[in-house]
Order: sequence, then structure tokens, then C-alpha cells
Amino acid sequence: MDLFEYQARDMFEKHGVPVLGGIVATTPAEARAAAQTLLDAEGATGVVVVKAQVKTGGRGKAGGVKIARSAEEAEQRAAEILGMDIKGHTVHRVMIAAGARIATEYYFSLLLDRAERRYLAMASVEGGMEIEQLAVERPEALARVAVDPRTGIDAAKADEIVATAGFDAEVAPKVAAVLQKLWDVYREEDATLVEVNPLVLTEDGDVVALDGKVTLDGNAEFRHDDHAALEDAAAADPLEARAKEKDLNYVKLDGEVGVIGNGAGLVMSTLDVVAYAGQQHGDVKPANFLDIGGGASAEVMAAGLDIILSDPQVKSVFVNVFGGITACDAVANGIVAALGILGDQATKPLVVRLDGNNVVEGRRILRDAAHPLVTLAETMDGGAAEAARLAATA
Amino acid sequence: MAIFLTAESKVIVQGMTGSEGSKHTTRMLASGTTVVGGVNPRKAGTSVEFPRGDGSGLTVAIPVFGSVAQAVEATRADVSVIFVPPAFTKAAVIEAVDAGVPLIVIITEGVPVADTAEFFAYAQDKGVRLLGPNCPGLISPGKSNVGIIPSDITGPGRIGLVSKSGTLTYQMMYELRDLGFSTAVGIGGDPIIGTTHIDALAAFEADPETDLIVMIGEIGGDAEERAAAYISEHVTKPVVGYVAGFTAPEGKTMGHAGAIVSGSAGTAQAKKEALEAAGVKVGTTPTETAELARALLS
Repeated sequence: MDLFEYQARDMFEKHGVPVLGGIVATTPAEARAAAQTLLDAEGATGVVVVKAQVKTGGRGKAGGVKIARSAEEAEQRAAEILGMDIKGHTVHRVMIAAGARIATEYYFSLLLDRAERRYLAMASVEGGMEIEQLAVERPEALARVAVDPRTGIDAAKADEIVATAGFDAEVAPKVAAVLQKLWDVYREEDATLVEVNPLVLTEDGDVVALDGKVTLDGNAEFRHDDHAALEDAAAADPLEARAKEKDLNYVKLDGEVGVIGNGAGLVMSTLDVVAYAGQQHGDVKPANFLDIGGGASAEVMAAGLDIILSDPQVKSVFVNVFGGITACDAVANGIVAALGILGDQATKPLVVRLDGNNVVEGRRILRDAAHPLVTLAETMDGGAAEAARLAATA
Repeated sequence: MAIFLTAESKVIVQGMTGSEGSKHTTRMLASGTTVVGGVNPRKAGTSVEFPRGDGSGLTVAIPVFGSVAQAVEATRADVSVIFVPPAFTKAAVIEAVDAGVPLIVIITEGVPVADTAEFFAYAQDKGVRLLGPNCPGLISPGKSNVGIIPSDITGPGRIGLVSKSGTLTYQMMYELRDLGFSTAVGIGGDPIIGTTHIDALAAFEADPETDLIVMIGEIGGDAEERAAAYISEHVTKPVVGYVAGFTAPEGKTMGHAGAIVSGSAGTAQAKKEALEAAGVKVGTTPTETAELARALLS
């Protein structure tokens, strides 16, 4: 799960990473009050920054970051930014941030290194610019230091990172101290990415995280009761939100053929096969990703079908199951029961392909049920083609 | 031969007394795996009756040990398969590493990646091979089967299979069921995994019982690109590839934690091109991939 900047800021503060004041606002009036609070605070610079809170880069270029010198001005800027569209993300919140007197900008990130199966710290004394650009144009300016997951960024590792990146002797110990705090964020919050761009040196000589990007590991939610509250429920597609309530692994896509399968890889593959078949049938595309996992009970199948059939774009459904542990007769019973539960709500044709564990019995159950909406397919490619044809002709 | 797992492999099950562990121990025994023990500190000294798996209707008592170390000492087990819940997986792996088990297969789904990173580093220092987490395990048909791969899809043959995805592994075994497999390895779809495509490719290259390798990947990361580079340098046997997720939209996670496309890297198209540049024939669907493999073997 990616966090908003204001959530990352708060998390940094919780772990002792130096940050400036920042208050989230959802209306211009709230922005005005927040700006007033920050402008009245001790050590205020007389400037606040109104920053769009969207989970995408390039918001500065898109006009989503603006300076204000009074509470009134902050209110105006917030009114302009709220509701703005930045790369398909609507701005629902702004963060009013205290202004900083920046002397120098740096870059730091800590992330998973999948290839080496450990962590990687990246740091540069040339912060502020697009880091992808820096990595390509001047790779020597971006220090890359391997981090052992067991020891993390301890004092020695922090010193190694700042030395490799070439920080001045004067600022190096201050940066090293901040890196150790950022490691605390990474480890204690089960993050897979912590990025600070820019990390700044202020004119007063303080090292401060001025922006933050944090990605949390969903698998670790069981040991972080507070992480669920960070989720942006409003942004989720309504069908995705409903699916999540029912613990279904569902992703809404933009097509006409609903897809249900078991196992993430097989469902991804099914999406591809449906898309290829669609090229022969009116260019229809898969409408969703839905992995019902191992236990395809009638309830899970009914919940899945219910979500897919309530997508108005869906014209046909392709159920593609390879029974490994899942028995095909259980899946078949699940489909029959699900259609019973849904009754008149089920109006779109279903193409079902079953193979593997107990397939003969599974197919027999579907044939005997003879539901008018259900067609049996012998193969995955054949089923995809039939589902695409039905969607194109519906 | 086969890779990683042979007819001589002796297997213990961490989590054997739980519902998943017990179900799959039954299945492993039925497919001929030599399961020699389970581990549960609260049930040490007891045993669990399982069907013998030879169709005789008789049962076999599998002893439960208090620790992996005790199980290894008593049975000389050389494989451990882990079915414990995510919160306990790290401790279970470290215990097995400490007990000197050379191959640890982690079926558990939903392990925090920080835990995996830590226990992987620990295992690597001790020279222990991990498979998974979040994987279906591996099968050397007719010899041994560790994990949850169904043993009745196909039998022994001369194809080696390595895949991130469980059900796609089954699908591919089914497509090529008339030819059979030396070993099929499910490496799992998590961002950090113990055994990689490259590890399996190297083992298949060295295995005299494998004539052709099928490699299944999916979007996310650059494991397939790295595998492609390895193939062009080190693999002389024919390799057929398949990558799932050509039509996956950018920025959406598709079930596997690792399966997310961000920017241009990690796309199925980029992986296909890298594999083809290394001389791998890449199919666009599982069925087409199987046909490519069949054509190369005949």
C-alpha cells in the first residue's frame, strides 16, 4: 500500500525523523485554518506550501504544489488545487506544509532489492531532480549501498552510505543520524520503500525530510493494527471496495468479458487469452481480474459472480479453473449454487472450463444442471474464444 | 537424478498437525513421498496416523517431534516443508536452517517480505536452499512430491519446469501430460524468493534426466530478464518460455505481491523480448507454449 505524503510525514515524525509542520485539509476553509496555525507557529518562515496529495509523481509540474504567504492566499491556492486532475488522480486533499529555507537538496531511498534479495539504500547529494533521470544521466552521482536485512542501517552502515554519496564532513553526521531514523520507519512499519526527495539542509543547518514516499507491505498488516486506517477507501473502485469486503482478490479492468479463475498466474494468463480471443471478436477485452484461490466454495463463487455480474460493462463471463487442490466438482457445485442464489440477477452467459482434480464429476454436475446461461468449454483457449464471441454478439 | 528432490529424499513437515499440513501430508504420502516426521513442540512424542498411500487401506504412523533438530537426528531428514501460518514462518525456517536441513520448502502464503529477507540471508549464510515462500513446492514425478502440486496430472518424463505460479504449473503439466516431467519446481510469486528461475535453470542444465526446460514467468520485477541473460551464457538445452500478464494494466497488483507493472520495466512484452533474444521460444498462451515444447522434443 502506497501512502500519501501527509501520512508518510506523520509516520516519519512518529519515528523521530525531522520533518516540518504539515496539516492535511480537504476544503479551502480547512486549508486556511491550517495555514494560519503554521504561520503563527514558532520559527515560522512566513511562507506555507499547499501540496496536492496524490499517489503519483510530477504533481509540481502539473500545478499541484503552490506557495502562499498568508492564510487567505493558502485558501485560494487550495481552492485551485482541490478537485484538480493529476495524471488521472483527482485531488481530494491538500497538505499545508511549513515553508523551509533550503540551502541544499539531497536524495535518499531505501527499498527491496529483489535480484540480490536484500535491501538497497540509494543516496545523492544532488537531490530535487527526477531521480530516474539522475540514475540514467549521471549514475556516478547516485550512491547505491547494499543493506543487510538483519542489521539494517546501523551507525556503521549510515556512515558508509553518506561517505559513498560524498556528503560534506560537516553535514555527514547529521544525515547519517537521519538515515538511522528512516531505517526505523522501514523496519518498524514493515515498509518496502521509504523515499525522501528532497532531503534538505536548511539555512539553519538542520537536515529535514521535506517530502516522503512510503510503501507498506500488505502481508505485514497482521502486526500493524493501525495500518488499515491508512487505506484510501474513497479512491478504490466501488466494485473493488465491495470485493475487498468479501475478501475477494478482484481488480476492475476496462472490458466486457468477466473472468474468474483460481491462482494469480492462471488468472493473469486467462486475461491474456481472453484479450487475444477478443481480437477476433469485436476487440472485446477482459473486464476484471478475480482469483478465487484454493477453496472455491459456493459462497465464494456466488460472491465473485455477484461482483462481476453487477459490473454493467460485463457482457459474458469466463470461469477458468484448473483443479489442483480445488476439486472441480466443488467448483461446479459452487457455480450451480451461486446461480441459484443469484436467481434472476444472473442474466449474462457463463462459459466454464474445468480441468484437473475430479474434472469428470465437475463437468457432469454442470451438464446435469443444464442451466440455460452456462456453456461448457473443453479447453482454456476454446473457452476464451466462446466467451469473447458471446460478449461481442451480446 | 531429477533436481533438488529425488526418490531418496526424506521429508519432515513443519505444521503437519494443522489442517493444511495434515491434508497435504496425506497427499504427499499418496504420491509416494517418504514423509518421516512432523514437528510440533506441544505434541512431541505422539504420532499421527495417515493412509499409507499404496491403496492398501492400511495406515502409517508418522512420529511428531518437539523440534526440527530432534526430527533430523531421529530420521536423517534432508527436506523440510513448512505449512505454518505467516506470523510463525520466520521462526520455523530459522529452526530448520539451524537443524541443518539442506532444502526447506515454504508453502505459506502472506509472509511479510521483511521476514523473508531476514531468513533468506540467514539461510544463504549457512548454504541452505529455500524454495518459496508462497509457492506450491516441487515434484519429481514417480520419485517424490513436496508441497501441494497434484501428483496425478502427469508422470515422469524429460521436461524440467520452473514457474512462479502454482496453477499455471498445473496447467502446463496438464498440457504436456503425455510427455511427463523430470522435475516441476514452483518458485513462488513473492518479491523475495529463495530459489530463482536461474537456480532452477542451472540445476536442469546439469541434470542428465532433463532434455528440455519450460520456464513460466509473470509480470513484475526483472527475474525473467536476468534468467534470459543467464540462459544465453550458460544453458545449452532448449528452453521454452511463457510470461503471464501481457494485458495487465500498469500499476495494478494482480494477486501475487510481485506481479505489478510499474513503468516500462517488468512488462510481459519486455520479458518476452529478453527471452527471445536469448534464443528462448516464447508462447503467447499456455497451449501455444506447450506446442513449442512438443515440437522441440519430437
